[in-house]
Amino acid sequence: MIFEETIAAIATPPGQGGIGIVRISGPEALEIAREVFVFPGNRTYPFKDRYLHYGKVRDSDNRIIDEVLLTYMKAPRSYTAEDVVEIHCHGGIISVNNILQEVIKRGARLALPGEFTKRAFLNGRIDLAQAEAVMDLVSAKTEKSARISANQIVGSLSEKIGTIRERLLALMAHIEVTIDYPEEDIDEPMIFSIRDGIGEIIGEIERLLRTAEEGKIIRQGIKVVIVGKTNVGKSSLLNALLRENRAIVTDIPGTTRDIIEDFINIRGIAVRIVDTAGIRETPDQIERIGIQRSRQNMDEADLVIMVIDSSEPLGCEDMEILEHIRDKKALILLNKIDKTPVLTRKDVVEELGGDIPVVNTSLTLGTGIDKVEDMIYTMFFKGEIEADHDVTVTNIRHQEALIRAQSQLQDLIEGLDTQMPLDIVSIDLRGALDALGSITGETVTDDLIDKIFSEFCLGK
Amino acid sequence: MELFAGEYDVIVIGGGHAGCEAALASSKMGYSTAMFATNLDNIAMLACNPSIGGTSKGHLVREVDAMGGQMGLNIDDTFIQIRMLNTGKGPAVHSLRAQADKHDYHRVMKRTLEAQPGLSIFQGEIVEIREKSGRIVGVVTALGDYYSCRAVVVATGVYLKSRIIIGEYSVNSGPNGFYPANSLSDNLRDLGFIMQRFKTGTPARVDGNTIDYDKMYVQPGDEEIIPFSFLHDSLTREQIPCWLTYTTEKTHDIIRANLHRAPMYSGEIEGIGARYCPSVEDKIVRFPDKKSHQIFIEPEGKHTNEMYPQGLSTSMPIDVQREMYRSVPGLENVNIMRPAYAIEYDCIDSKELKLSLESKSIEGLFFAGQINGSSGYEEAAGQGIIAGINAVQYIRNRDPVILDRSQGYIGVLIDDLVTKGTNEPYRMMTSRAEYRLLLRQDNADMRLTRIGYDVGLVDDKRYDWFMRKCERVENEINRLKNLILSPTQEVLDYLERKGSSAIKSGISLYELLKRPEIVYKDIEYLGGKQEELLRQDTEQVEVSIKYEGYINKQLRQAQQFKKMESRKIPRDIDYANISGIRLEARQKLSSVRPESLGQASRISGVSPADISVLMVYLEKRKREI
Repeated sequence: MIFEETIAAIATPPGQGGIGIVRISGPEALEIAREVFVFPGNRTYPFKDRYLHYGKVRDSDNRIIDEVLLTYMKAPRSYTAEDVVEIHCHGGIISVNNILQEVIKRGARLALPGEFTKRAFLNGRIDLAQAEAVMDLVSAKTEKSARISANQIVGSLSEKIGTIRERLLALMAHIEVTIDYPEEDIDEPMIFSIRDGIGEIIGEIERLLRTAEEGKIIRQGIKVVIVGKTNVGKSSLLNALLRENRAIVTDIPGTTRDIIEDFINIRGIAVRIVDTAGIRETPDQIERIGIQRSRQNMDEADLVIMVIDSSEPLGCEDMEILEHIRDKKALILLNKIDKTPVLTRKDVVEELGGDIPVVNTSLTLGTGIDKVEDMIYTMFFKGEIEADHDVTVTNIRHQEALIRAQSQLQDLIEGLDTQMPLDIVSIDLRGALDALGSITGETVTDDLIDKIFSEFCLGK
Repeated sequence: MELFAGEYDVIVIGGGHAGCEAALASSKMGYSTAMFATNLDNIAMLACNPSIGGTSKGHLVREVDAMGGQMGLNIDDTFIQIRMLNTGKGPAVHSLRAQADKHDYHRVMKRTLEAQPGLSIFQGEIVEIREKSGRIVGVVTALGDYYSCRAVVVATGVYLKSRIIIGEYSVNSGPNGFYPANSLSDNLRDLGFIMQRFKTGTPARVDGNTIDYDKMYVQPGDEEIIPFSFLHDSLTREQIPCWLTYTTEKTHDIIRANLHRAPMYSGEIEGIGARYCPSVEDKIVRFPDKKSHQIFIEPEGKHTNEMYPQGLSTSMPIDVQREMYRSVPGLENVNIMRPAYAIEYDCIDSKELKLSLESKSIEGLFFAGQINGSSGYEEAAGQGIIAGINAVQYIRNRDPVILDRSQGYIGVLIDDLVTKGTNEPYRMMTSRAEYRLLLRQDNADMRLTRIGYDVGLVDDKRYDWFMRKCERVENEINRLKNLILSPTQEVLDYLERKGSSAIKSGISLYELLKRPEIVYKDIEYLGGKQEELLRQDTEQVEVSIKYEGYINKQLRQAQQFKKMESRKIPRDIDYANISGIRLEARQKLSSVRPESLGQASRISGVSPADISVLMVYLEKRKREI
């Protein structure tokens, strides 16, 4: 076996399915399963290769998370040719996520996009013909998640992680500068103040993880983004869709005022629907930020619905949006057909130069909404639009990073308590920084040296 | 008119700290070597501060020594003061730093080179490096001599097109009045190298007779001398102190009033300077709130009054230099003997090198030292020894010696230069080493002496000495594991005196030594002194027991790291054909041409996902063949 790390991920598509599966692969898969899984009556049995085991998954405080079925596939007779454990739990968002988090806490690392398949290939399970597909999968998924994590830099969790990282970096720079420049007149950081600082950060990580677990951060479903210039009927579309479909969650707190975001259920498909600020050229600072967010939302969308006022000719704002969605999965609504239309389907298709579904609607009269829902439904089942795992995954990745950082920081405190010198506990500090930087690919050394030289006056 | 003047296996261009190590390495390994210096009086010249070592630099010296290099021995012979820095911190960052007698340092090194069989020393400027079908064939001197050879090590330091700047005055010159080498820089350009321009500087040298030491704080050397070389367990020598003083508000005012005359700010200097060794005007501009800066006054040697004021590096005009120096307590009447200056020079983009320090485009052409964008004597020596070894390995048609980041600071240094490149003179720091606890100065021999021996650089005498040390250390560790201490009254009293908690039952000395308050001296007291053990043996025993937990943690991290390093990327790979890798990463990979997946992962702009795709691609390729 080439890989030492055990990886885990949710193997089923997100949404409203009846069953969710968490897959664990790697040398510690079995050990982790033993820790999270309890047989009926708290009894212990060995897991049998390729059998279904009935039981429950518990968290570290022994609370039951869900009733599950567990399969164990012994290496090499599994998909990845490693020890694989699959936990089948109740579908939906909560249960799978909680189980995944538990598994990660016990030492598994969140699988990268396409990593199970990659391992299957590298371990000789998949033949050469499939290799290209694996690479495409890995790179396509990656492009997307890279884009999302980049965008999430503005998101609240990554911002908070960023702040924590910055504080740790400052602390490490202080420790390191006194090591590399012992003769400069810089006071060494006091042990108790390091201890306090780290203690505080551990507490903060704890709080962040708790909020994450309560599900406030995890949002899921196909992301549908409504765009269009101002006053074309975007909000009417949102309202119409909301009226028709019972909202699962309304108005996620903490989202920005200019972006309205809701979870709805369109014929059994979980949809996260986002209404954006109208796009137009504006000198207004706040509005400009709103528009920038709209563009970002379009980039992250699984499906873009563009609303066009059919009673007016295409304006330059329309053109700009059309340009932006050219390579995306999109649906175009020619709205206000109750007025005298000057635009037809043909005009739009010509402008875009491609095959794009267009629906005529009059949202104020409620005409065409059915058709819109039909389209979304069909596109989903034809596989044209795909639920995006990556937002959730990015969030879980953040959590994983936090968990790893936290455990390093606890080691650090332990090191301080056993009177280890600062240059040695600094190893744990580097570990924590590595964990936090792993999401955005920031490296410790370069940042550290920049920090040292920007904060301290050094050199001969 | 070109004359055939001789034939050598290896030709080393430059006689500085990189050149000396390279030339000694290749000749000791049995390959005829010629070293060319533009002036034989600048061999191993300490052109800036008269000291060797310091944090992480001391580690580099120990590593050079462990592999059979000269720097450690040379400084042990010529130091006039020595100190172990960071003794209040953990063993990984203890660092030796010595003040050298800079004239002795040069003289002793020159004598060593002269005494080395198979090594010829020439004064001469190389103006052309000659290749044929992408392989090195020889060099040409300014006087028209042609020497044929199989490998070349370029170690020209700061001499390529160097220019010295003092305020409004500038002159094309190498350090200290030595003339620059202008032609070779153009020749390298013709060979396809992209040249960069870096800048560094040095303070004035002042007359010690005009210094009032009563206004300064004395900085003596350590009472117990710990030498650099593993071959010396202890030394005795009379030491000369350094002195500490501070800049004043007045110094800063003078500098601020004259900033417009500083070449760095008037635009006179185009080279990129290092954050690592800023001029005093840089410090005052960048940290305006700092009211005072330390100045260490260091002797240049035993037989001179010249003193080196560390912290007063500047490129201000001479009148400003005088005025500001004289505003420092103790320097009120100081005479400047040699002015401070900034120096600009050409260097190559180190990303054009392989990890062996061989050029990617020309076989047999190696580079070491400041020409690669590094700064510092020790950094130069570390690259020099590797370039010398690998020039020979190339001639032998054997695999080059490449130290990875978990094996040595030399490995970190070369990997950083080659993989990431540098846009300012690169200085080593302990913070750059991820596996710092493994890369201690006390265990450099454990890490590297065997490697030096295997390529034939470490001689039998050193190797035998090393093997016996290993044996003594191992025996002592075993003895401490097996020696169980009983809770007798005497033992309990002793532990109480040391503030250590009482033992209830027997405990091995090994376990006892892990307690933070217990040191090896206590073990000696409790378990009997082992007369045959040297200072370096007990140090090794103590560190490896005391920090075992953390050392093992780092060993595990290093193991993970090595796995990725061992997955080699074939040289002929065409990144343009791997569609899954993002464009930016593809370009970076094509330009650096990493040798392993590990190295690839350290290139900035290459993401973990790109590495994943690359991994799958390599496996696919392997199966197709």
